[in-house]
Amino acid sequence: MVSMVFLQRELRLLARQKADWLNPILFFIIVLSLFPLGIGPEPNMLRIIAPGVIWIAALLSVLLAAERLFKDDYRNGVIEQLVAGRHSLLAFVLAKTFANWLSTGLPLLLLSPVVALLLGLEQAALGAMALTLLLGTPLLSLLSVLGSALTMAADKGGILLALLILPLYIPLLIFASSAIEAASIGLGYQGQLAILLAMLLLALALVPMAVTSALRINVS
Amino acid sequence: MNLNQPLSASTEATDAASIATKNAGPVLQGQQLSCIRQDRVLFEQLSLQLSYGQLLQIQGKNGAGKSSLLRILAGLAQPDDGHLYYQAKPFAQSLPAYCANLCYIGHQSGVHEQLTALENLRFWRAAATLQPADDWALLAKLGLAGLEDVPCRMLSAGQQRRVSLARLWLTPALIWILDEPFTALDQSAISLLQQHMLEHLNKGGAIILTTHQQLTLQFQSLIQLELAYRW
Repeated sequence: MVSMVFLQRELRLLARQKADWLNPILFFIIVLSLFPLGIGPEPNMLRIIAPGVIWIAALLSVLLAAERLFKDDYRNGVIEQLVAGRHSLLAFVLAKTFANWLSTGLPLLLLSPVVALLLGLEQAALGAMALTLLLGTPLLSLLSVLGSALTMAADKGGILLALLILPLYIPLLIFASSAIEAASIGLGYQGQLAILLAMLLLALALVPMAVTSALRINVS
Repeated sequence: MNLNQPLSASTEATDAASIATKNAGPVLQGQQLSCIRQDRVLFEQLSLQLSYGQLLQIQGKNGAGKSSLLRILAGLAQPDDGHLYYQAKPFAQSLPAYCANLCYIGHQSGVHEQLTALENLRFWRAAATLQPADDWALLAKLGLAGLEDVPCRMLSAGQQRRVSLARLWLTPALIWILDEPFTALDQSAISLLQQHMLEHLNKGGAIILTTHQQLTLQFQSLIQLELAYRW
């Protein structure tokens, strides 16, 4: 019930601040459409670089959305209120995370057929890409919420945020792009998916607690 | 008739007394508190206590440490030295119960500028796990009729403050900690808030506040604490 009200609030805010989620999506599309232009439309070449390129663009676009996640609520004292009240901080964090995934992770997933077209991915690789995005984007959201919570009090926290969370994205990048690569040469990729799922579950269990602590520390 | 009046007054007094005995002793107690900010001792060896029905006004110059003291009392910051007790139990054990019984309104409004007054109220209700109620009537009472569904960034500073203070009408918490609640408010809003504070004290609540303005209403249970500015 509390989480529903919080989620509604987040979605309402997203509806009023469209730039917050439209910019990362446009960034993702623009970056990916530049690669065929810059490298040349040679299909074999594109097929080789596609898995890495897709995931690098996804990481950076999620990072773009991460910086402002908690900024407003920190500045106007909402987080201070929630910390002082002590309850419902976790529900707030979960609502933030889910809204972040809905606005940045889910669009990437929905855009994956377009991306496949741009980079000349085959059917099998497209399926693998969609699956890695399905498992990977919630993990990206969790990690960016964590980074954002840690850096919300910093004035120009952008580069600090990138330094903090890009290293955490690396395992995801390795396994996700390796899954797409394996699929494109006809190998199984269940192993990589299992590792992605394990990372997601681990983050789901630990990150919300870390975020609530980070919010508390930043307020006091 | 003349006999009746003192009688009714005394029953009121026993009502208030029953509330007081139910929560006997000081509800909030600070012992030997000290606070250091940027190598400057704001205060040290500060002891205070607050009982239900009391209003504690903390006075002092700008930079004397009033807000820091309030944040410590609200459990948002740790004192550099000293101990805090809620209902005679140290904060280490009683903080969750204390926070559930506390309404803290600080410098920052807690109002999100992109949301309307109604949406902000709805959010606080949910955050404090309160049932939905008639927020329209409350906002009208606070002089915000007609502005309920305007994003708060369009409101004036005083109107935003009113939205922020609306929490005092929502909350069932008995302890209020208010940091400069009268800032940006006009006379009518100030007297409305003081009236509400008086009712809260009569109901057995307790209030700690800082303000640079004179309180215009007579608060019988007013305690004043002066924080000296120290170098």
